[in-house]
Amino acid sequence: MKKYSVFSLVRNALDYHRNWQQAWRSPAPKSAYDVIVVGGGGHGLATAYYLAKECGITNVAVIEKGWLGGGNTGRNTTIIRANYLQDESTGIYAHALDLWDTLSTELNYNVMFSKRGVLHLAHNQHDLKELARRHNANRMMANELEFLTPEQVKAFVPIINISPDVRYPVLGGSLQRRAGVARHDAVAWGYARAADSLGVDIIQNCEVTGFRIEQGQMKGVETTRGFIASPKVGCVAAGHSSVLGAMAGLRLPIESHPLQALVSEPLKPFFDTVVMSNTVHVYVSQSDKGELVMGAGIDAYNGYSQRGSLPPIEHLLSAAMELYPVFSRVRVLRKWGGIVDICPDASPLITKTPVQGLYFNCGWGTGGFKATPGSGHVFAHTIARDDPHPLAAAFRLERFATGNLVDENLAAAVAH
Amino acid sequence: MLLITCPYCGPRSEEEFAYGGEGHIARPADTDGLSDDEWADYLFMRTNPKGVHYERWVHAHGCRRWFNAVRDTATNEFLAFYRVDEKKPEIDR
Amino acid sequence: MTGRFRLPEGGRVDRGRRISFTFDGKAYHGLGGDTLASALLANGVHLTGRSFKYHRPRGIMTAGPEEPNALIQLEPGAHTQPNTRATVIELYENLAAASQNNWPSLENDVGEVNNLLGRFFPAGFYYKTFMWPGKAWHFYEYIIRRAAGLGRVPETPDPDRYERIYAHCDVLVVGGGPAGLAAALAAGRAGARVILADEQNELGGALLADKVAIDGKPAMQWVGATVAALQKMDNVRLFGRTTAFGYYDHNYLGLLERVTDHLGPQPAGVGEELPRQRLWKVRAKQVVLAAGAIERPLVFADNDRPGVMLAGAARTYLNRYGVKPGRRAVIFTNNDSAYSAALDLKAAGVQVTVADLRHDAGQHGVSLDAMGAGIEVLAEHAIVETQGRKRVNSVKVARINPAGDALAGGTRRIECDVVCMSGGWNPTVHLFSQSAGKLRFDEAIAAFVPDKAAQAVAAAGACNGAFDLAGCLREGDAAGIDAAAATGFKAKGRAPNKPKAETRAESPIRPLWLVPGLKPVGQGGKHFVDFQNDATAADVQLAARESFISVEHLKRYTTTGMGTDQGKTSNVNALGILARARQEDIPAVGTTTFRPPYTPVTFGAIAGRDIGALADPVRTTPMHRWHVNAGAEFEDVGQWKRPFYYPRAGEGMRDAVNREVLAVRDSVGILDATTLGKIDIQGPDAAEFLNWVYVNGWKTLKPGRCRYGLMLHEDGMIFDDGVTACLGENHYLMHTTTSGAANVLAWLEEWLQTEWPHLKVFCTTVTEQFAVANIAGPNASRLLKELGPDLDLDPKTFPHMSVQHGPVAGIPARVFRVSFTGEASYEINVPSSYGMALWRALITAGEKYAITPFGTEALHVLRAEKGYIMVGQDTDGTMTPADAGFGRMVSTKKDFLGRRSLSRADMQKPDRKQLVGLLTDDPKEVLPEGAHVVEQFKEQPPMPHLGHVTSSYWSPTIGRSIALAVVRGGFERKGSKLQVALRDRGVPVTVTDTVFVDPEGKRLHG
Repeated sequence: MKKYSVFSLVRNALDYHRNWQQAWRSPAPKSAYDVIVVGGGGHGLATAYYLAKECGITNVAVIEKGWLGGGNTGRNTTIIRANYLQDESTGIYAHALDLWDTLSTELNYNVMFSKRGVLHLAHNQHDLKELARRHNANRMMANELEFLTPEQVKAFVPIINISPDVRYPVLGGSLQRRAGVARHDAVAWGYARAADSLGVDIIQNCEVTGFRIEQGQMKGVETTRGFIASPKVGCVAAGHSSVLGAMAGLRLPIESHPLQALVSEPLKPFFDTVVMSNTVHVYVSQSDKGELVMGAGIDAYNGYSQRGSLPPIEHLLSAAMELYPVFSRVRVLRKWGGIVDICPDASPLITKTPVQGLYFNCGWGTGGFKATPGSGHVFAHTIARDDPHPLAAAFRLERFATGNLVDENLAAAVAH
Repeated sequence: MLLITCPYCGPRSEEEFAYGGEGHIARPADTDGLSDDEWADYLFMRTNPKGVHYERWVHAHGCRRWFNAVRDTATNEFLAFYRVDEKKPEIDR
Repeated sequence: MTGRFRLPEGGRVDRGRRISFTFDGKAYHGLGGDTLASALLANGVHLTGRSFKYHRPRGIMTAGPEEPNALIQLEPGAHTQPNTRATVIELYENLAAASQNNWPSLENDVGEVNNLLGRFFPAGFYYKTFMWPGKAWHFYEYIIRRAAGLGRVPETPDPDRYERIYAHCDVLVVGGGPAGLAAALAAGRAGARVILADEQNELGGALLADKVAIDGKPAMQWVGATVAALQKMDNVRLFGRTTAFGYYDHNYLGLLERVTDHLGPQPAGVGEELPRQRLWKVRAKQVVLAAGAIERPLVFADNDRPGVMLAGAARTYLNRYGVKPGRRAVIFTNNDSAYSAALDLKAAGVQVTVADLRHDAGQHGVSLDAMGAGIEVLAEHAIVETQGRKRVNSVKVARINPAGDALAGGTRRIECDVVCMSGGWNPTVHLFSQSAGKLRFDEAIAAFVPDKAAQAVAAAGACNGAFDLAGCLREGDAAGIDAAAATGFKAKGRAPNKPKAETRAESPIRPLWLVPGLKPVGQGGKHFVDFQNDATAADVQLAARESFISVEHLKRYTTTGMGTDQGKTSNVNALGILARARQEDIPAVGTTTFRPPYTPVTFGAIAGRDIGALADPVRTTPMHRWHVNAGAEFEDVGQWKRPFYYPRAGEGMRDAVNREVLAVRDSVGILDATTLGKIDIQGPDAAEFLNWVYVNGWKTLKPGRCRYGLMLHEDGMIFDDGVTACLGENHYLMHTTTSGAANVLAWLEEWLQTEWPHLKVFCTTVTEQFAVANIAGPNASRLLKELGPDLDLDPKTFPHMSVQHGPVAGIPARVFRVSFTGEASYEINVPSSYGMALWRALITAGEKYAITPFGTEALHVLRAEKGYIMVGQDTDGTMTPADAGFGRMVSTKKDFLGRRSLSRADMQKPDRKQLVGLLTDDPKEVLPEGAHVVEQFKEQPPMPHLGHVTSSYWSPTIGRSIALAVVRGGFERKGSKLQVALRDRGVPVTVTDTVFVDPEGKRLHG
């Protein structure tokens, strides 16, 4: 892999950019690999990268039915944060956040991780209590959050409306300064390029059609390009996890839902952080191109259409207007849908399965992108050792039978 | 936006309905006789297919009745609507 | 004069209406019917903007919504609109437009230095650099963000309002050109309910700029007659200035109607009856897409100079607006369509030369006509270079080889001030693609056309690849007939005469996706593919070289198609160049998905009226006005407004709450408890049903008695609680938490209907049917007795947890003796309309007891003193009944929802988090809620913790702080010492029982 730098850029400019290397090869699948990763999104590519880089397993294939990074990796709102409630979640997300910090250097690919802070707003007493609990929970894990008063919120995000006279006024906010956003596509491309240079075969346009399992042991995958043998297969297919599970005779606690997002036309930057609100349900940032990036709630029904309906967008924008009245004349440029895979406890599965040599990493719901490096890292170790990485141990499939869930639903509303 | 045919009220917009997840998951009669795994299967495991899906809806902002539907989750095309006391239609595609 | 370039006559502009406007502060004039673009061109202004990355001077390229260059900040102040395309802004008096993305001015933009350095900024350069030193991205980003974006966001709230409205129809026709009008006419005549939506201010589509004939007369005469016929039909609605922007599932489309945009900012008070824009949400049984086609640029060296425009656009300015785009034109084409522009320009006195990529140009058909009209036609010629910084002033043309990849002769320089290019036409398949329809590449027109439909939709006319007028009329008519028939409307009687238009055989297009220049691509002269985002052919080739060979990768890596025009002019050209780089056919390379909206849609229009006070309904109780008058502070609980506390003059929250608590403990307090959920449950199987949904038993509950119940989800976790009363045989009233009411009702109905339809039970929500005043405290019964002398309040016959009927203050009431405060307390339920009367009566009669209204905060203190849990605060969806201290309440004699989950392995563990009391060593110290409980505080986290404080208050009753907490193995730890971690220290606490006041219940039962 030829190193990218300002010098390589200048050198190649003098050659009119005719001599840039390809970022990754397009190899034909070999007949056998030590590990096959199914799914060429950020998590799958990261898994392959860490297998090769840290676990000494380089005879790895990533099999992707479409184009790498074409699923949720390239469809999310790029928010990176680690301010969850449960210790187990803080463990994995904070680990990811640590890896994000040095990811561009690690991969020699600028993923543009921008630590512009993520601010969660509180709009009622229940929200305030919930934020206080989260602050303390994260502090116990040495993951600092800051509480902001409405006036401090206003100072941090001047465009926000903190008038007490709106339907749901801002009563406070919780800021994680080391959180932010990154360039989503670059994450997939960076991991792909780095994994490829370590010998990983990235095989695009190759769909898994079945598994070969003998006496409970994984033997390999049937694909649209033929059988590929491997004693270990890690599935990292997000919304399509249940489909893969069914091929192996597994039922998963996963439902796939459309999740929509949108960007506005590009505007001169005026919004230099990320603001989220669960009660008003909107999250907003502004990209380095100037587009406002906003996410909606999931469509209620499960589906694989990557489309979604208009009502979630209507709700999203009326919510946005509550906080940012000046957005009214801004225009939606593009909206799209992804397929999020949701577990009942809103926490992921990073797990071995009853099939020896078959592993699943899924159920990230709306939290997948931010976890990418951490998820790939612990999953690589889980596959390599056939034993859960300590940070992944809580996310086993068995928890749904024993009841030891990692509940990140803030479902319970205040009573009385 | 989906157009959903309530068996009692006729076709209505998606916004009038609430989704009830996978259908035809009967609550086990003898819960004590189940292993933790079997109980978890009832409680949490879902088919979540890409394609034909038997599912439940409730006309929440209408007659408030529950009913079943069959939908292709890849295209969102509805293939059947039927009352909860009607037989599950076999749909092959 | 309204511009040097205005023709003395012709066009559809209103020459009697002269309109003043400004662009970048300079005053100009235009005419009624002008767009901002046509008015600027009439004044000879081509330079209207700067490109995103290189800040290259750019001019008006198109005459429609596909415009990538001429983006305008329209109007200053509160009415400002960023990124508005000059080509779709209808001119109005005093319009003020400003260019964007330049500093200090459009003419002299410092950012143009990027153009000189462009060699160092190829596609994706930022992925390869800005990484040194480590973590320095925030520094580079700061610089980059200063250059980012186009227009500016408004700084003040929007003075306009927006509407949303539903509509239904049998046939929705998108597009009011010849195909759309023919379709609407046919469907309308058949009797179908038709909506025709067209984005322009006038119907007619491409005919507005054409000089063709229908039935031997000017085509616009046919348009006029057709529109008149449609207007006469009651079943047809015509929506002008309305863009169909989104095609969703089940034939649901979003339309944006621009109601007053063309009038300009409306002064306050004027036109308030009209919204600025209206969002139509249309459910159509059938859709006919007749959205026309969009012309493609040609990709040649420096094809972006101001003055370079699409041939069709030049013709539109000429014929529709009576504006000459220049005095000397070079037309560069690969197809016949541009010859119409050549001929019309020539007729208008413009000097015209045609460079045609096809070798047989000038030999037959329309190109032969052009020669006949005195136009020079250069066959197999290309523009290989352009000159002119802020306006094109000359081009070089040369013969190119048959392969189209090199020059085959010397160059010739031609002076010109406008270049009209045509690379062929793309059917406007966006909505068809959004509907999940499949596209097919049609080699004959070198473009994607609709193939297999996924919904009830058909395309007609140019949108379907039929570029000739006769074809448009024929296809539109057929689509209209078919769509009407599919919805049950068959045309009756004799078929009317079909309009006729002449069709001329066209010579085939020569698709040449990349035109060679004087230097190799990427080594001199920029071949722009995406004009707004400055993506060039060299960028596309670089992307392909670097493995970005899928269309999606290409878009994302080069940003082609990601601008405000969403690639309307660039996508297919990029695909063609990519295909050539991959040495594959375009169909093998694929196409991108078109995502909504077709053109950008205002946030305000999508939000409609659901903003401000209407963002979410506000629920108030019948006594709300009293609370307001009493100066209550309110708390949002779900959609309800509940009194939080009632401060007196000079009182802070803590003082008020302490006073309210003590008033309840010492005398009597009154609480508005209306918001608690109330579900009326009736039927012979009601008790059996309650047995299923609550953890405890219900079959022994006698009429007149109440019982507290806990409700679990099937996962065994508490999700709601409340008191249910047996009002009579087979008749119960269930109370739920305020915010849980709707969910509980839904939960009950779900189980009744789907799992136990054999149970004869009806559930009815009566939350809003009853107003509830709760009086609590030692004087509560005395007060109640005064107002309800007929009530039996003897604790022996009317003990805690019972209910009776009887008048209170003369109002028929249900009186529950229940308590959430630990005091003897009565919940008096009366019909809602009597709520205020009851409340006032209680307040008046209670004066002698100094009756004190108390809010939710005092209630929370009171209940915490008694150790009563609050679902959602002391529980969080992860607590079982045993965890919350209700282990003994759980029935072992029956199955109930959630029961099986309680015997799972992890539910049995002794170290589960359990609800306990905490008392601080220092009685004055009130723990912060949410603080975490630890065995040993550490100065530096991380530190292992055991749980957290769920409720914490100052208890005025016992004069010290109290707290509830969930603590790992908490039951076993009672009596032991722990610490609560604050920021800088650990607060020593003792683990206790959860009841701090009156553990024997003397007050409660007294």
